Amino acid sequence: MYFTRRLIGMIPVVLGISFLAFMLVRLAPGGPFDHERRPASPEIERRIREKYHLDEPLLSQYGRYLSGLLRGDLGPSLKYRNHSVADIVMQGLPVSMTLGMCAFLFSLGVGLPSGFYGAARRGGFGDYATSLIALSGVCVPAFVVGPLLVMEFAVRKRVFPVALLESPIHLILPTVTLGLYFSGRVSRLLREGMIGVREAEFVVAARAKGLSEVSVLLRHVFRIGMLPVVSYSGPMLADLLTGSFVVENLFQIPGIGVFMVNSSLSRDYTMIVGLVLVYAVLLLMLNIIVDVAYRWLDPRVSYD
Amino acid sequence: MRAAGTPRWAREELLICFEHLSTPLKIALQGLFVLVSVIVSAGCVRNEPRADVVIVNGADPESIDPAIITALEDYRVVPGLFEGLTRIDPETALPIPGLAERWEISDEGREYVFHLRQGLRWSTGEPLGAEDVVFSWLRLLDPRTAADYAAQLFCVKNGEAFSTNGITDPGKVGIQALDGRRVRVQLNHPVPYFLDLCASPTMAVVPRRVIETHGDRWLQVRPLPSSGSHTLEIWRLNDKLRLRKNPLYWDAANTVNETVEFLPVGSPATALNLYERGVVDIIWDKDLVPSELLGDLKQRRDFHDFPYIGTYFVRFNATHPPFNDPRVRRALALAVDKQRIVERIIRGGEPVAHHLVPTGVANHRAPDGLIQDGVQARKLLVEAGFPQGKGFPVFQYLFDSAAGGGAKVHAKIAVELQEMWRRELGIRMELRQLEKKVYLAAQNGLDYDLSRSSWVGDYNDPNTFLDLFLSNNGNNRTGWKNARYDGLMHQANLEQDARKRSELLRQAESLLVSEEAVVIPLYFYLGFQFYDGNRIQGIHGNILGMSAVRTIRNKAVRK
Repeated sequence: MYFTRRLIGMIPVVLGISFLAFMLVRLAPGGPFDHERRPASPEIERRIREKYHLDEPLLSQYGRYLSGLLRGDLGPSLKYRNHSVADIVMQGLPVSMTLGMCAFLFSLGVGLPSGFYGAARRGGFGDYATSLIALSGVCVPAFVVGPLLVMEFAVRKRVFPVALLESPIHLILPTVTLGLYFSGRVSRLLREGMIGVREAEFVVAARAKGLSEVSVLLRHVFRIGMLPVVSYSGPMLADLLTGSFVVENLFQIPGIGVFMVNSSLSRDYTMIVGLVLVYAVLLLMLNIIVDVAYRWLDPRVSYD
Repeated sequence: MRAAGTPRWAREELLICFEHLSTPLKIALQGLFVLVSVIVSAGCVRNEPRADVVIVNGADPESIDPAIITALEDYRVVPGLFEGLTRIDPETALPIPGLAERWEISDEGREYVFHLRQGLRWSTGEPLGAEDVVFSWLRLLDPRTAADYAAQLFCVKNGEAFSTNGITDPGKVGIQALDGRRVRVQLNHPVPYFLDLCASPTMAVVPRRVIETHGDRWLQVRPLPSSGSHTLEIWRLNDKLRLRKNPLYWDAANTVNETVEFLPVGSPATALNLYERGVVDIIWDKDLVPSELLGDLKQRRDFHDFPYIGTYFVRFNATHPPFNDPRVRRALALAVDKQRIVERIIRGGEPVAHHLVPTGVANHRAPDGLIQDGVQARKLLVEAGFPQGKGFPVFQYLFDSAAGGGAKVHAKIAVELQEMWRRELGIRMELRQLEKKVYLAAQNGLDYDLSRSSWVGDYNDPNTFLDLFLSNNGNNRTGWKNARYDGLMHQANLEQDARKRSELLRQAESLLVSEEAVVIPLYFYLGFQFYDGNRIQGIHGNILGMSAVRTIRNKAVRK
């Protein structure tokens, strides 16, 4: 019931976003068909705009877009005129999602243990060491980490391929590059979350029952300390799954992250709106999942 | 602070940790592991063996539909798939017979009759005939196609009227199939470079059946009928485009590779790394290697450069004072030290430009142009009423922030020009950098004083540069209208004698760059290719920068 209500609630939000996105992209000067070389006759320019209905009033263009959207048609790309936006998304999204999923798991796989360790050793050398590493992960951007990793492991040591996506091995460097930042965030969030509840009453009670410290940390502290990470996971996963321009560009990975940036540069209106919608739907869905996970993790939370 | 009892992270204890997790979490973790393994293997394992020749082509082709393509990246791929009546000789960049084996020219260059080769076939086996040529050319003109380059056929009788809706009957257009193998083309006026146009990828012959059935999505059809040396095997945006030899191509005996792959690579460093690791065989653009390394890369044996049909120049907005005065424009042009720009900023060995049409273009006789002369420049400024630059308004230099290495070059040149004009003429220029599309809009709307510009020619004739500055050309973008220039150009293109025509074009160009100085040419482009000459053969550096896909051979691949 709750789930259904939330899903229905998504519809007006998505519509609102599509409207805003559709109108906002038109504010930028220039259009998809402004090139270095103009067609030799203004008539041809007019014709091209007419073909893609850019000559109609904005609202009627939006209406046309919306009716296409209801049929699952995101329109043709205005830059890649032989491709529909849906084609491009269907082709690139799985790739971005694969990389994003790997980076997500990498972030959790590195971030959770190091955050847990930091919290357990709070104030000790281990805490400072993991915090330092986590912070540098957060601070050093992917466009610095990526080339350094490529230089060392792909160009000098030749352990990994330099770019492209042809086998799971090709995923390793991009995953680390993409996941490093998020693993730092996860590590910090978990550490803070766990420290916040380490002395809570239910934890003291658990210790009083005679549980070992490992057990207390894992079964009680971790579970509640995990909540900030869970709330962060929704937007993080939405970010990761829709691809990253820097990483996809650097490793030449055929995802949709590159299109996110390039479509706005080339004023590919339909593509921008389509990608914004994909991102929005993913984010909204993931937020619902996060809320459900909350209830499961923390018995104090309830939705009616 | 409570630190007692914290676990030691021995291996057993990690196992204990896992034991401590609740059962649903354990199951979820295991499920996740399996799921991810499946996704990862499905997402990236591709059973696509390496192509014979792998080329870094720069940006993704926006399209490979001959009627739509405008970018160089598209132009380099399309001739492998679709051929026209003529094709470009990869060594000389001049038109040679393509689908047509010969032609007759009559009526003082106003009528062409092309004879197609016997037994031409699409890659899918259907016969290819004169009707296909007529269909393809009418399609380029057809308003519904909305082709950027429709104007290439405006020289054809009624071509423009058909394209801009005056005439709806295609039968009235001067393109007719006389029989299955002969096409007659009637022109409004002689076009000395018409055979060059016929070799242009935009005028290639495309498959009617597929286009009529599938509309704008015809290129997604497999197998896609092709008229060129190769067929389309894979086209995934931002991933790869792979061509495979077309055994039914009329000249298939001379196609020296089985598969050719074009990779779009966005990052120059990545392109170079892929090349160094041997993943790709050829990089064919300068912007595709890191500009910082260009100095070193130039010394290498696998570096190849050649004159290329492109010019970097500055446009004046000739509609406003003080730049509506030719003396002011000439003064600024004379004060530029082009050598310094080429040596300090461009650094690829590009030649300085004193005229607009690049050296080496066919039928071109170069005018002298304006050679740097500070004294003369100052004198002109005095004549125009601005001694030592006094009273000269502060003006702006418009340039764009294109992505990639190019943007830095534009900014560096802007700063250099600013300093040169300040020092030589005592005038002050402000820099105005805009994002690419905004910059184009500003240039089109004449919302600028001076603007960075460049042009790459479409065909091997001076006309592809000089017609830009005709009064009514949409790409003029200077507001400069000159009846004498228009007259010279018109006269030149009616001229049958090639030498006289070149001379008329020279006069027009001289008017443009010397007397009126509407543009300041800075340097000519060079084409760049990286490949190991011992391994890769049959790649050519012609002035159009279009090496034929069919002749590129990788010796490391056994036939």
